[in-house]
Amino acid sequence: MWKFILRRFLVMIPQLFLLSLIVFMMAKAMPGDALSGQEINPRANPAELDRIREELGLNDPWYQQYARWATNAVQGDFGISYTHKTPVTDVIEDRLWNTVFLAFVTLIFTYMLAIPLGILSGRYNDTWIDKSVTGYSYLGFGTPIFIFALIMLFIFGFALDWFPSGGSVDSKVEEGTLAYFVSKINHVILPALSTALIATTSTIQYLRNEIIDNKIKDYVRTARSKGVPESNVYSRHILRNSFLPIAAFLGYEITGLIGGSVIIETIFSYPGLGQLFLSSVSLRDFSVVTAIVMMTGFATLLGTLLSDIILSAVDPRIRIE
Amino acid sequence: MNKAILKIENLTTSFRIGSNYHAAVDDVSFTVNENEIVAVVGESGCGKSALALSIMQLHNKQRTKSEGTINYNGQNLLTLNDTQMNKVRGKELGMIFQEPLTALNPLMTIGKQIEENLDYHTSLSKDGKKKRTIELLTQVGIPYPERTYKQFPHELSGGMRQRAMISIAIACNPALVIADEPTTALDVTIQAQILDLLKDIQSRTKMGIILITHDLSVVAEVADRIIVMYAGQVVETGSVKEIFNNPLHPYTRSLLNSIPSATHEKNRLHVIEGIVPSIAKMDRVGCRFQDRIPWIPKMAHEQRPQLHEVAEGHFVRCTCYQDFYFQAEGDESTHDITQSR
Ligand SMILES: Nc1ncnc2c1ncn2[C@@H]1O[C@H](COP(=O)(O)OP(=O)(O)OP(=O)(O)O)[C@@H](O)[C@H]1O
Ligand code: SF4
Ligand SMILES: [Mg+2]
Repeated sequence: MWKFILRRFLVMIPQLFLLSLIVFMMAKAMPGDALSGQEINPRANPAELDRIREELGLNDPWYQQYARWATNAVQGDFGISYTHKTPVTDVIEDRLWNTVFLAFVTLIFTYMLAIPLGILSGRYNDTWIDKSVTGYSYLGFGTPIFIFALIMLFIFGFALDWFPSGGSVDSKVEEGTLAYFVSKINHVILPALSTALIATTSTIQYLRNEIIDNKIKDYVRTARSKGVPESNVYSRHILRNSFLPIAAFLGYEITGLIGGSVIIETIFSYPGLGQLFLSSVSLRDFSVVTAIVMMTGFATLLGTLLSDIILSAVDPRIRIE
Repeated sequence: MNKAILKIENLTTSFRIGSNYHAAVDDVSFTVNENEIVAVVGESGCGKSALALSIMQLHNKQRTKSEGTINYNGQNLLTLNDTQMNKVRGKELGMIFQEPLTALNPLMTIGKQIEENLDYHTSLSKDGKKKRTIELLTQVGIPYPERTYKQFPHELSGGMRQRAMISIAIACNPALVIADEPTTALDVTIQAQILDLLKDIQSRTKMGIILITHDLSVVAEVADRIIVMYAGQVVETGSVKEIFNNPLHPYTRSLLNSIPSATHEKNRLHVIEGIVPSIAKMDRVGCRFQDRIPWIPKMAHEQRPQLHEVAEGHFVRCTCYQDFYFQAEGDESTHDITQSR
């Protein structure tokens, strides 16, 4: 098991290398650099700008720049953000925790909805319960997240004013207090719920179909032939087998949420990685952009690994050595 | 004579297809006695599994209707509700399925799957259940019971899985075990071992066994009585000796293959072609077998053949068979019906 994890980490190295190369080249291929904006500034001295470029190494050949960047990145140093004037890691850190927190709460909402609804729908398939759940799922599939999020924001953020309409925490509360924590929760609920209400529908349908598939399997009939009451046929046999692929999907789900936070964070002005990414792209803050892409890439690989580990933990037929 | 355990009378089980019900088990009656192996034979689709699952009441209730009586221990199982039936299933009646890999839960250890049976029907302690499970695994001839206890189904061979399946079925010493093609998925050598094992367990527990198979040769050595089914009906039944020595129904003869016909001793039986009709398309007027003996004109068949006794305990559905000569393969000369009586 540990050997397997180690091996997977070793495999990640070339993957990350390739990713970093692509990311770096693409960032370089973008027109302009962090100083381009200054060129239209009448007070900026072009000679001075060139001097700064030289100093920052922006005039060096790409492979030198890449080597410099990569060596530092491996040591956890992604350079200085041109717009924030602070180390990239500092810029990212707070945002990263905000995004992870949002992803975590979203995931909880997603499963809180998906598990009961999926079970009801699968167990009582083709009844009115199942039909309403499936109807909801179709709505979920059909509704674009950004429109739904805007509606949620309008209703609960502005019209009813139940939740704050932006930010990740109230600026007036002191860090470390209970009020701070409550404020964080308050800020995360609306974006998390908006994502969960849409994203959960695929998990509901997945669970439903797993249950419908599993409940006619031979081993379920064997369980019944032992005199196992129906409720236990579900809890000990059908559900366990139906949860298997969903549990295994958890890793991908987490990466999906971290990677897919751009839209939701922008709509709710939630200071997370996604929002930072978008603003950094428009400000041409390459060091931040590349760092975020690298981190998302790393998170994806970790998510895949996590999924494999979960699968091997819950399914005895899958052995990893 | 041994005591009767299970008495089935006029059992009809129908499945709903579209908006109509179609019988897959049609007016079946038979008895299983203590210490007896009753073999149910017939081709694929003739209703053997439907019969077994009706006895266990494992059919989907929304789509299935069972009528008649299944008497066990003074009560008609068909009148019991789920809770009452759960006390019978696994405890009084055990079932062994055809495909031991799919019939076992892939996520549960063999030990747990056997213990689950004990969970609901005994008051044994945790240790007691484990002890009993190891004992069962030993009884069914599993070489390393302690190890197998902790293994998952996919870690065992087909034969071992079927042994584990048998220990689930017999965990609570049931009075009757229904084995639905227990050896079909296994190698020939293993098949014999599994049948011997069932016989061996029976000699100790005196349980009754319903052995379902499509292969008559399987039952020759182990069974006491044979029930031949065709299209949901019993077409012939009798002791193994009677059925093998004096098979009367053309279908039984075709299953036994190359048994000389009553009138022309030297001729082999025509190999009967075709398959069992599906329950929705089945013609329920007249004899259900007539389409498969096309060389005999329809009129010559009995209109509504009934089971009738020809020798003690030997019943056949049809009387006109004796008037027919069954054409041997390659024997083109005798197309017409030989009416020797
Ligand atoms: N749940 C069901 N719904 C509808 N029809 C069914 C159902 N189960 C069985 N049948 C039909 O009933 C008939 C008898 O099926 P059954 O499974 O009892 O056959 P069998 O004798 O066990 O065959 P095999 O040797 O293939 O196991 C078949 O025509 C089958 O298609
Ligand atoms: S009626 Fe005809 S087909 Fe039917 S059992 Fe008798 S001989 Fe056979
Ligand atoms: Mg069958």
